Amino acid sequence: MKKLLMATAASALMASAAFSGANAGEVKLGILIGFTGPIESLTGPMAAGAELAMKEVSDSGKLLDGSTVTPMRADTGCIDNGLATSNAERLIADGIAGLIGGDCSGVTGAILQNVAIPNGMVMISPSATSPGLSTMEDNGLFFRTSPSDAREGQVMADILTDRGIKSIALTYTNNDYGKGLADAIVTSFEAVGGEVTISAAHEDGKADYSAEVGALASAGGDILVVAGYLDQGGLGIIEASLDSGAYDTFGLPGGMIGDSLPKNVGPDLNGSFGQIAGSGGKGTDALAAMSKAAGFDGTSPYAPESYDAAALFMLAMQAANSTDPAVYGAKILDVANAPGEKIYPGELAKGLEILAGGGEIDYVGASAVELIGPGESAGSYREIEVKDGKNTTVKFR
Amino acid sequence: MDFLNAIVAIANYILVPGIAYGSQLALGALGVTLIYGILRFSNFAHGDTMAFGAMMTILVTWAMQSVGISFGPLPTALLALPFGILGTMGLVLLTDRMVYRFYREQKAKPVILVIVSMGVMFIMNGLVRFIIGPNGQKFADGERYIISARDFKAMTGLSEGLSIRTTQGITLVTAIIVVALLFWFLNRTRTGKSMRAYSDNEDLALLSGINPERVVMYTWLIVAALATIAGTLYGLDKSFKPFVYFQLLLPIFASAIVGGLGNPLGAIAGGFIIAFSEVTITYAWKKVLKYLLPEQFEPTTLVQLLSTDYKFAVSFAILLIVLLFRPTGLFRGKSI
Repeated sequence: MKKLLMATAASALMASAAFSGANAGEVKLGILIGFTGPIESLTGPMAAGAELAMKEVSDSGKLLDGSTVTPMRADTGCIDNGLATSNAERLIADGIAGLIGGDCSGVTGAILQNVAIPNGMVMISPSATSPGLSTMEDNGLFFRTSPSDAREGQVMADILTDRGIKSIALTYTNNDYGKGLADAIVTSFEAVGGEVTISAAHEDGKADYSAEVGALASAGGDILVVAGYLDQGGLGIIEASLDSGAYDTFGLPGGMIGDSLPKNVGPDLNGSFGQIAGSGGKGTDALAAMSKAAGFDGTSPYAPESYDAAALFMLAMQAANSTDPAVYGAKILDVANAPGEKIYPGELAKGLEILAGGGEIDYVGASAVELIGPGESAGSYREIEVKDGKNTTVKFR
Repeated sequence: MDFLNAIVAIANYILVPGIAYGSQLALGALGVTLIYGILRFSNFAHGDTMAFGAMMTILVTWAMQSVGISFGPLPTALLALPFGILGTMGLVLLTDRMVYRFYREQKAKPVILVIVSMGVMFIMNGLVRFIIGPNGQKFADGERYIISARDFKAMTGLSEGLSIRTTQGITLVTAIIVVALLFWFLNRTRTGKSMRAYSDNEDLALLSGINPERVVMYTWLIVAALATIAGTLYGLDKSFKPFVYFQLLLPIFASAIVGGLGNPLGAIAGGFIIAFSEVTITYAWKKVLKYLLPEQFEPTTLVQLLSTDYKFAVSFAILLIVLLFRPTGLFRGKSI
C-alpha cells in the first residue's frame, strides 16, 4: 500500500511537472488518425504533413513568444470507435491544446461527442467527410479542412456527365462514410438526369467478393462506382469485377484514391477515374517541395489538409494569444477566411508575425482553405485519372 | 444469341465460381469426415489446420520466389505445397501426441474431444497469427487467367464474357487428383482397408490385429495433406487471411453433415451442394432473365433471393433442414 501511494504521488508529481512544462512555452497538438486499419497507407504522409507545419512554427520561434509545438500521435484504427475515444481521452490527459483528427467519419463523430465536447477540446479533422458531421451539434468545437461528401457527390456527378456516362452501378463500404457518400452521389447524379442502377453495400475484410460483384453486374450500368477503401473491400470489389469481366472502368471517390490501388490492381485499372479533395496551384506546389525536402510525399491524399489543420491551430492560437481551446476556437474561422494577407505553406512565420502585430490573415495553405457553414472546407477537388499505372491529375474542380 | 449470352452469364457467375468453391469445400469436408469416421469426434480445429497449412505453403513460396524458383505459368505455391504438407503433418502429429492421445487413452467421450479440439483451434489460430500476422497475404503468381472475359468476348462476339482463372482450373484438377488418390488408398491398400475396418467396428478391428496407433497416425497424415491442399487452393483462388479460415468452418461442417458424416463420397457431394446453394441463392438473376424472357416480362428488380451478406445463413439453413429431416445425411453417414 505504501509503495502504491508513493508511486501514485510520484506519477502525480511528474504529471503536474509535465503540465507546467506545457504552460512554459510548449504547446502539444494531438494527431489522432488511423495509423492502422483501412486507410493506413494514407495516414503516414498525413501525420508527416501535420508535423511539418509544427516544425516550421517551432523553428520560427514566433508562436506566442517562442513556444515550441510538439506533436503527439495516436491511433483511431479508422473504424474502431472504442480505440479512438480511449486514445482521445489519453491525449487530453496528456495535456494537448488542440486535436488534429479524427480521420474516418464514424470515429470522428464518436470522438467529437464522447471526448471533445465534454472536455471542450477543439478538433480539426483533415479527412472526415461525412455530410452527417455538418449537422452534428458541436458547440463550435469541430472544424474540417476537407469538404463534406455532399459536395463530393456533386463533383462526381459533374465528372460523370462530362464523360458522357448515363448510368452507374454503385457500391459502398457499409459505414457512415460509405453510406453518406453513396447517398450524395445518388442524389446529385439523379438530379442531372443520370441513372443509378443499384446502390449496394459491401462489407470490408472478406476473402471473396465475387458474389457481390455478381449482383452488381446483374444490375448493369456503364461503369461501377466504388465508394469504399482502397486497402479493403474496395480493392476486393475491383479485383473481382475485373476477374469476372463485369466492369472494366471504375469511378473512384476519395477513399479509393491512393498509390497503392494502381499498384495492386495493375494495368487493368488504366482509364478509371475519380476525384479527391485537393487543390492545385501555389499552395500545393509549395508543400510538395517542402515535403520532398522533409522526406515524404506531400501530394498524398489528405496530407495537404493535415498540414493545413495543424497550421490553423497554431495561427488561431497566435491570433487569440492563448492556447486555451475555449479562447482560440473562435479565431479559427477568422484566420482561415478573408480579409487579410494570403498565407501559403512555408509562410507560417510570416502569418504569425502579422497576427502578433494585430493584422489580419487569410490562410490559403496547401488545400486552398476556405471554411464555410459550420466550419468545413468549401471544397476544391482534383479530378484523377489512372494512366499507365499512376494516378494523374486531370484538372481541378 | 440471347440464349447463348444467358448461358455464358450463368457459367461465368455461377458455374465456374461454384465449382471452384465446391471443390475447396469438398476437400475441407473430406478431412472433417475422415476424423469423424475414424477418430470419432468433430474436429473444430480443421479450419485453422487449413490456415496453418496454407501459411506454411506461403512461407515456402516466398522463399522460393526470393531465390528465383518459379513454375512457369503455374503458381509457385504448387511447388511449395509438398513442403507445406510436411510441416502441417508435423504439427498435427505433435498435437495428437501432446493432446488427443491423452484423451484417447482415457476413452474420453466424443463431446469432450470436441471441446478439446476447440481448445486446439484457438491455439492454432493464435499460432498462425503470431507467425504470419492477421492481415491478408498475396502469394499467387504465374498466369492469372486460362481465359479472360475480354478475350472471350473478342473470340466469340458475345456481349457476355466468360473468365476462368488459372487458380480455378488448378483447384478443380487438384481436387480430382486428390480425391482419386484418396479413394484408391482407402479401397485398395492394406493400410486403407485397415482404416476402414477400424472405422466400421473398432473392437473387431482390434481383435484382428490392427494396430490402432498406426491407424490414427495415418489418418492424421492424410487429414494434414487434405487440409493443406484445401487451404492453399482457397488462399490461391481467393485470398489468404487467417480469420477467413475460421469462418470457413461453418460451410465445411455443413458440407460434411449434409453428405453424411464419416462418408467420404457424401463429403464431396455435400461440398458442391453447399457451394452451389450459396452461390445460386445469393445471385441476382436479373441479367440472365433479361436475356431469356421476352421484353414485356423483363424484371425490374434484381431477382435476388438473399443479399450476399447472408451467404453463411444459407449453409446454416441447409444444415438445419438436413439435421431435422435426415440426421444421417444424404449418403447415410453416422448420425450425430
